[in-house]
Amino acid sequence: MKQTVIALALLGLGISAAQAQEVIKIGHVGPLTGNIAHLGKDNENGAKLAVEEYNAKGIKIGGKAVKFELIGEDDAADPKTGTTVAQRLVDAGVKGVVGHLNSGTTIPASRIYDQAGIPVITPSATNPKLTQQGYKAVFRTIANDVQQGAVIGKYSAQKLGKKVAIIDDRTAYGQGLADEVDKGVKAGGGQVVAREFTNNQATDFMAILTKIKATNPDVIVYSGMDAQGGPMLKQLKQLGINAKWITGDGGCTGEIIKLAGDAINANTYCTQAGLPLDQMPGGKDFKERFKKKFGADVQIYAPYAYDAAAAIIEAMKKANSSDPAKYLAALKSSNFKGVTGVVAFDDKGDIKAGSVTVYQFENGAWKALKN
Amino acid sequence: MNNISQAIPFLGSRNPKAALITLVVLVLTAPLFAGLFGNTWVRILDFALLYILLAIGLNLVVGFAGLLDLGYIAFYAVGAYTWAFLASPHFGLHLPFYVVLPVGAAFAALAGIALGFPTLRLRGDYLAIVTLGFGEIIRIFMNNLTHPVNITNGPQGIDQIDGMTIPLVGLELNRGLQVTDDFKISSLFLYYYVFLAFVVLAVILVKRLQVSRIGRAWAAIRDDELAAKAIGINTRNLKLLAFAMGATFGGVAGGLFGAFQGFVSPESFTLMESIAILTMIVFGGMGNLAGVIVGALALSFLPEVLRHIALPIQQALFGKVYLDPEVLRMLLLSLAMILMMLMKPAGLIPAQSRYSRADLLGDKEARHDQAA
Amino acid sequence: MQTLLQQIVNGLVVGSVYAVVALGYTMVYGILGLINFAHGEVLMVGALVALSAITFFQSVLPDLHPIAYFVMGLLVAMPVCMAVGYTIERTAYRRLRNAPRLAPLITAIGVSFLLQTLAMIIWGRNYHSFPQLIQTAPIEIVAGVFMTPVQMTTVGVSAAMMIGLVILVTRTNMGRAMRATAENHRVASLMGVDTNRIIALTFIIGSALAAVAGVMIASNYGVAHYSMGFLPGLKAFTAAVLGGIGNLAGAMVGGIVLGLVEAIGAGYIETWTGGWLNSSYQDIFAFLILGIVLIFRPTGLLGERVADRA
Repeated sequence: MKQTVIALALLGLGISAAQAQEVIKIGHVGPLTGNIAHLGKDNENGAKLAVEEYNAKGIKIGGKAVKFELIGEDDAADPKTGTTVAQRLVDAGVKGVVGHLNSGTTIPASRIYDQAGIPVITPSATNPKLTQQGYKAVFRTIANDVQQGAVIGKYSAQKLGKKVAIIDDRTAYGQGLADEVDKGVKAGGGQVVAREFTNNQATDFMAILTKIKATNPDVIVYSGMDAQGGPMLKQLKQLGINAKWITGDGGCTGEIIKLAGDAINANTYCTQAGLPLDQMPGGKDFKERFKKKFGADVQIYAPYAYDAAAAIIEAMKKANSSDPAKYLAALKSSNFKGVTGVVAFDDKGDIKAGSVTVYQFENGAWKALKN
Repeated sequence: MNNISQAIPFLGSRNPKAALITLVVLVLTAPLFAGLFGNTWVRILDFALLYILLAIGLNLVVGFAGLLDLGYIAFYAVGAYTWAFLASPHFGLHLPFYVVLPVGAAFAALAGIALGFPTLRLRGDYLAIVTLGFGEIIRIFMNNLTHPVNITNGPQGIDQIDGMTIPLVGLELNRGLQVTDDFKISSLFLYYYVFLAFVVLAVILVKRLQVSRIGRAWAAIRDDELAAKAIGINTRNLKLLAFAMGATFGGVAGGLFGAFQGFVSPESFTLMESIAILTMIVFGGMGNLAGVIVGALALSFLPEVLRHIALPIQQALFGKVYLDPEVLRMLLLSLAMILMMLMKPAGLIPAQSRYSRADLLGDKEARHDQAA
Repeated sequence: MQTLLQQIVNGLVVGSVYAVVALGYTMVYGILGLINFAHGEVLMVGALVALSAITFFQSVLPDLHPIAYFVMGLLVAMPVCMAVGYTIERTAYRRLRNAPRLAPLITAIGVSFLLQTLAMIIWGRNYHSFPQLIQTAPIEIVAGVFMTPVQMTTVGVSAAMMIGLVILVTRTNMGRAMRATAENHRVASLMGVDTNRIIALTFIIGSALAAVAGVMIASNYGVAHYSMGFLPGLKAFTAAVLGGIGNLAGAMVGGIVLGLVEAIGAGYIETWTGGWLNSSYQDIFAFLILGIVLIFRPTGLLGERVADRA
């Protein structure tokens, strides 16, 4: 009896595989519920745009016209759900995955993709550990925390002021980045006068800011997301703190400008991996296409999700196959101009051109500085 | 088991034996059927078993002893982290599961007593909020114990945790079982049967416990603590025992979770998880083992089924997608919780107010004794 | 000294918000013995409705004084929340009044999920910038200690609402009916109190308080989001229990104590523990202080000591 059932199961899989030949499925995972759902949707839209644009071009693989289909899943930023939906994508027969958004979900999910031999490219999980697990097919299109943290730390200490206070939001992203900033500050000859902590649901930072105020820092580094960064800027002003303020890519958004209102000024800086959207090779154009298609502004990582999806499709084109085992080599040697810049990976799977740009707030927008 | 099998429509009440056999066969072959729809469902089944284990444990505390615990996930966390400490490259230890699991269970039991002792005098909702706080405190410590010595690796979590290896035969569950060259049983199936073994063990244990002196004493405390005290029940020790035993189940489930998932981080042990488990037991029927199991199963599967059908249903009905599948899933899940409680406030399979020994054991002899 | 004073001010502001939200929990609990888990979500609805209303009025009636918009936002948010509160009581709780104790808790959680999801559908997933219509420029109240007008308003409005509520409950006929219902439903209804009406009214008043609290929180921090109700809800519930749940004065004391403990704890823990612990443990103070208080006073700071009864 068991054997028949297994045979049936295999048959079932076989049938679905046969049907899937015309359509190549690409998975996307990010939190579409929960408090960073807006970022998850942003990523999904980025990947969707890439898939639809390639479809419009009419790609041929192995001599056949193919159509790409994006399957979007929600991991709710929860590691357990992350593995469940990863398995769902594997079952659905996806040939490659863009995602997940958080490091905390990407790390456990990468094990499942690795077992299934499916390449996964994250547009936003920046924990260095992700690409150090020894899996062959894990990539990322964004600079990792080490690259970015070093830049923030050094820039703060050398350009903004010697006495640095660091706040992080105790998420895998925030803490990982803050630790690298700490190192960068010291390497740049600065002094870390305070390390304070909050969480990614908080709106009140008065207590820790009051404490920081007493240490009289020249610059405050915030390692976390825009939803906390905006209110934090307001509260700095309310407490009469005049230190400069800098944050990483999680806060380097248009959203934070809205949220901070009149509390954001020329003393506010942020950094982002890669080039600014307006200076990305395809940035301006991307912004418009995105707006036109989804009626929403780019939040943060959509261009990286776009490039991640593009990397998968480009590699399939180059290898002339959608079989993960075959196109993996092509993916590893990716080298094309994406929205965010040249997409090429090092031997671990991290993006090679992991340049980091520093921005300063000026005239209602982020303006890239030359560092 | 009897209770669940009797809940099968038509067959259950008419032919209990056939119903029971059907149930056993169903349980044993469940992953194969689930596998027909893809490995996702096997994985969901695996998680469902873990939730059943958790629900059984929490039911000991809430359902049997009447102590409302909103921080139960803390024990799950203790078990999972113990496994991560003792079997991962984090501290360079790689102990086998028959060492790690008992240690995790023991730590969880200690945590249970640590929570139980100061809260002995608290009642009802006061107890609920303190246990809720306890759960949050444990999670916050897991999230922050990196300084001055790195113990938990903070929000980054601990990865590359060893899977489970069955001794003697040397079967590594993570690798799966290579039967012939081109036929391999996936690790998901192996974990299913291992988890199932634990669940069966737990069910047997709890069933015996419920009719034992301890179980009856718990019921007495739950129904009326003062009266229980008056008839000479040592309420302090028994409450502590309930906390410790409930916690042990959580600890074991946590260890299994760590091994299965290969990665633990504080994000997995939030308040929402505690609430989810509590919801399972209330949904199923608090105090009734069969109900609790059905509740855990139902609420593990419901969100996933909704996830699966949300998109196609809308397309079929309106030819267009109005709501994102995950939004619809949350919507339906919350409605299901509300409507279910309105219609059956005591749960799917309610507990009886009084159980005879015979009811619980399905034991002919005992029934005979009573008749005599 | 400056720092300590500033921390006390911070604590008072946060604490007074906790206190107002805690009043809602405590009122419902006092009358029904039910933890209304959805209370935090009503607060969120209040903030988001006010946001939409303010945006609407700003576009149709430009050039009004900012405070006018603020009041209009509040005037729209309060009835909406009252309606939401009434609907919740009527549909989700009333039928469960004699059900097993945990059943209404589960429906409450269900309602809370439902409200969040509906808010996500209506207002989207993004964080919204909430117009700060009351001045946010800091005023130096003592040397080096700052407070903004919006913070002062928050404290003031909270105090006014608490006083109003106490008067309502202790000095009016309705208040007497509420107290009677809380004491014993059955006897109260025998005495001619329409207990259903009183319970519904309790929900409506509690929801109106939540609406005000939501608008105050959103104006103070300048953000609104569909998940913003959860954390204040949890903290306020803790505050209510800390003060002795079911007791109005207790909710206020609990809220203020909690706010102060959190601010001062976060500010000084690193010094006190010689750097071993730091502000990452900010959120455990609420629960630690709660645990400690309840060990010595099992019914909270101002809770009545109930004798064990059969």
